[in-house]
Amino acid sequence: MNSFDIIGPVMVGPSSSHTAGAVKIGNISRKLLGVPVQKADIFFHGSFLATGKGHGTDRALIAGLLGFAVDDSRIPDSFRYAHEADMDYRLSGIDLGDVHPNSVKLLLQGEGQRKIEIVAASTGGGAIRVTEIDGLPANFSGDYPTLVVNNLDQPGHVTEITSMLSHKSINIATMQLYRSSKGGNAVIILECDQEVPENAIKWLAHLEGILKVTYLGLADRYTSKL
Amino acid sequence: MYQSFQEIIEIEKNTGKSFWEIIRDNDCREMEITEEEAFLRMRGMYEAMQSADEAYEPNLTSTSGLVGGDGEKAANARRRGTMLCGSFLGLVMEKAIKMGESNACMKRIVAAPTAGSCGVLPAVFLSLEQDKGYSREEMVKALYVSAGIGGIIAQRASVSGAAGGCQAEIGAASAMAAGGVAFLLGGDTEAIAHAAALAMKNLLGLACDPVAGLVEVPCVKRNVIGAVNALTSADLSNAGIRSKIPPDEVFDAMRSVGRILPEDLKETGKGGLAATPTGIAFRENLKSF
Repeated sequence: MNSFDIIGPVMVGPSSSHTAGAVKIGNISRKLLGVPVQKADIFFHGSFLATGKGHGTDRALIAGLLGFAVDDSRIPDSFRYAHEADMDYRLSGIDLGDVHPNSVKLLLQGEGQRKIEIVAASTGGGAIRVTEIDGLPANFSGDYPTLVVNNLDQPGHVTEITSMLSHKSINIATMQLYRSSKGGNAVIILECDQEVPENAIKWLAHLEGILKVTYLGLADRYTSKL
Repeated sequence: MYQSFQEIIEIEKNTGKSFWEIIRDNDCREMEITEEEAFLRMRGMYEAMQSADEAYEPNLTSTSGLVGGDGEKAANARRRGTMLCGSFLGLVMEKAIKMGESNACMKRIVAAPTAGSCGVLPAVFLSLEQDKGYSREEMVKALYVSAGIGGIIAQRASVSGAAGGCQAEIGAASAMAAGGVAFLLGGDTEAIAHAAALAMKNLLGLACDPVAGLVEVPCVKRNVIGAVNALTSADLSNAGIRSKIPPDEVFDAMRSVGRILPEDLKETGKGGLAATPTGIAFRENLKSF
């Protein structure tokens, strides 16, 4: 903990959880999609649904999808910028069941028919967690370089990924494995201490049994530098 | 960050460093930055507060329509000279409301420690700089003192309304500002700690009861009491008045009060002002998606 966890962040109001957190969720979701968002179907749950309109959660999330930082003064006008960027969006409510009260589900589509389905929660003070990707569980904050690999549930994929990371001198901070069923679709999520180079990600994506590789780098920060 | 004033007082005794330097040194270690970088970064926060203050727009209204324009009313009253509190406190009150309103109206602010309490520190510090002639460097040091106090509160108690009620937002901001002002008045770590403790004691148990769950009513106007309370507490401490309960114990009490407070009074928008007939009517009129 340092002083800037207390004094800061610089952000567009009114709420760190309902506004800044929503911008971050949009931001991370955009990066997970990997290409500019063309179509977004957004479903607000719980407190996001009840008080989101008054907190500008809707505008904050769209701003995040456009790649704006949490302190970007364009956030209140994000709908207009989305229109200018030809981003189609639909906002509605949903009951996601027993999840964090500040949760949202996003169905995103971008260039080249690239699609992703994300559930994320704003957990307080601007911190967020991605809790589901493409129907499979997840649990990461986006604070680290994060590698998400969708693969078939078969032997060897963990070794392939971890040896590649070892070869590139990348340390793994956390690692999660989930699958829909034995032999079915699986997801491997790794939070790393160093950035994963693009060629390594491309190499992974072409391996037999790997369905999709998504990478969340630290390239753009949520708060612009002062 | 440090967990107690006691720890900081010990370091002050052993090294001769002042409160703000001790907190800055901790940032240098944690963030692997130089003393100059740490200072510049805090200066950036101070200047972001100043820009936010200057960017106030009297004609803006929040999405719900509950908030907007009161900062201008306070400014007019101060300019007319009709405020019983005088022009300096009038300026503090005006700045506190303005920042709270800017936050509710989706303007750029500095969460300190939270967005809902973002008006307290700038109201106090910007007014002191403007009206009492403190240098920018002194203000940045004072902000460092406030950050150190916030760190103690965050670790001993909480700086989240959902976890500790409004005492953890406006209360924490007020204690942080009080310590910063005590420093500006020439106080040592003991004086800083007691100013913070005196401020917190006045706001212990403050409910977080936002109408319709929004950071608007009563949040915006509570920034005023947080700011004014910081100044009176710092003045008391500077006069040599001490909290009979030691500062670290005051913040332990804050933690326990936060735990005892019912959920309805911790940012759920279910109790207090939110549960009044008018509060409920506001919630029902709120647009959804």
